[in-house]
Amino acid sequence: MGDVSEPESDEEEAETDGGVRAYTVRLELVDEPGELLRALAPIADNGGNLLSIHHERGNITPRGHIPVEVDLESPPERFDGIVDALRDAGVNVIQAGAEHYGEELNVILVGHLVETDLSGTLSRIEDEADAVVKDLSLAAPDGTDATASARLRLAIDSGRTEHAFETIRSIGADKELTVVEPLTGGEA
Amino acid sequence: MRLAIAGAGDVGRSVADLAGEYGHEVVAITDSAGAAVDADGIDVEGALERKVGGKPIGSADPARAFETDYDVLIEATPTTLGDAEPGFTHVRRALEADRHAVLANKGPVAERYEELRALEADSAGSIRFEATVGGAIPVLSTIEDCTPQAVTAARGVLNGTANFILTRMAAEGLDYEHVLAEAQDLGVAEADPTFDVDGTDAALKFVILANVLADGGFSLEDATVEGIQDIPGSALELAAEDGRTIRLIGEASREGVRVGPRLVPENGALAVTGTRNIVQLETKHAGSLHNSGRGAGGPETATAVLSDVGRLPDR
Repeated sequence: MGDVSEPESDEEEAETDGGVRAYTVRLELVDEPGELLRALAPIADNGGNLLSIHHERGNITPRGHIPVEVDLESPPERFDGIVDALRDAGVNVIQAGAEHYGEELNVILVGHLVETDLSGTLSRIEDEADAVVKDLSLAAPDGTDATASARLRLAIDSGRTEHAFETIRSIGADKELTVVEPLTGGEA
Repeated sequence: MRLAIAGAGDVGRSVADLAGEYGHEVVAITDSAGAAVDADGIDVEGALERKVGGKPIGSADPARAFETDYDVLIEATPTTLGDAEPGFTHVRRALEADRHAVLANKGPVAERYEELRALEADSAGSIRFEATVGGAIPVLSTIEDCTPQAVTAARGVLNGTANFILTRMAAEGLDYEHVLAEAQDLGVAEADPTFDVDGTDAALKFVILANVLADGGFSLEDATVEGIQDIPGSALELAAEDGRTIRLIGEASREGVRVGPRLVPENGALAVTGTRNIVQLETKHAGSLHNSGRGAGGPETATAVLSDVGRLPDR
């Protein structure tokens, strides 16, 4: 592989409020005990926050390695450092960048959004639904302690849409929020 | 064909009114209080005048309708959930007497589909129910023409009241309660709009579609249903910022039935406006088909009933 330490700069998304971006790193690990843990340590040590790990044990590469896909978020300026640290630790990085998130979809949440801890709701969506909240618009015409609506623009891993929305539905049910999902598939 | 019409609401009355135009004869029409029955054809105009004037539609016992010599029972009594009575028993009596039955009543087809099909299998008569899904819009006959095996799913808007409310909310920036009151004033929403706005009415139609696609297996309790009562104007505004709007969308496939408010492209096919309905059929080999039109109303639904009568085999 060539130089992959640069994230796809020509498709750079706007930064989220906290200055954190989501990235996907594809690694190939040797099939040995402790290898996964060793590969993940440099991410956390360099300011990355692990979102999810797809460990495809059954799917061995032609070179006999196990492909692992790691979703993480970090401030953009620290991402290069994470990839360098992985390489320094002897981990084979085959692809790095944010282009992996195939689908951007909107969802609208309705209810007592502020009282039910909006930022907590967003964190749960990111943690449990494997989605990245790219953008948020809030409309609270009757004040923040009344019913409000929020539109979330989500980046969802291709093929994980159904899982993501199932999870968002259950978070909505927990918090008594109405979830208005996009109609996906077909010619809507 | 000689028609016996059970139920003298908007649909039953319109079927009686239009039957002659379609070359059929009405030999009986019933309401809850009485019946007009005449083997040589009833005086339709007189019966409808009595009904509209607040009198019983006729002096005969409603049960007499089933004893007269008819070819097709038109089941147009109000939709009921659960045991779907008395509609189910009406259809059973017709089939057991080897007569055809055409339903405008959603209850029996949504709640007791397999039982209906079993009764039909033992009868020389057949059942048809185009009018139960999408009023005047030819939905079930389109599926029949495509053959159900070639249709993978049906989606769309099948409740005009909910669609009217969402359209007005988006256009005027008004809240749900306000628009509902307006819809009631206009006669678009009923005094008790519960089944329209909570998704039940649309769900019954998508359950029927799922039953047709999967040859049975579904009833209302198998459907996941959400209504539009909790959608504020602000949600529609946020949707519009992104070129989208919210519609009460149903989905039926062989796997299940789901109805709820969904984000759809503002200028997309499914974002019909006002009381209009639309059904999108996903086909295996030919992409999507869209059928759109008036999904409710007496004469509209009656045309679907009478088209069904025309599709029946001779007895």
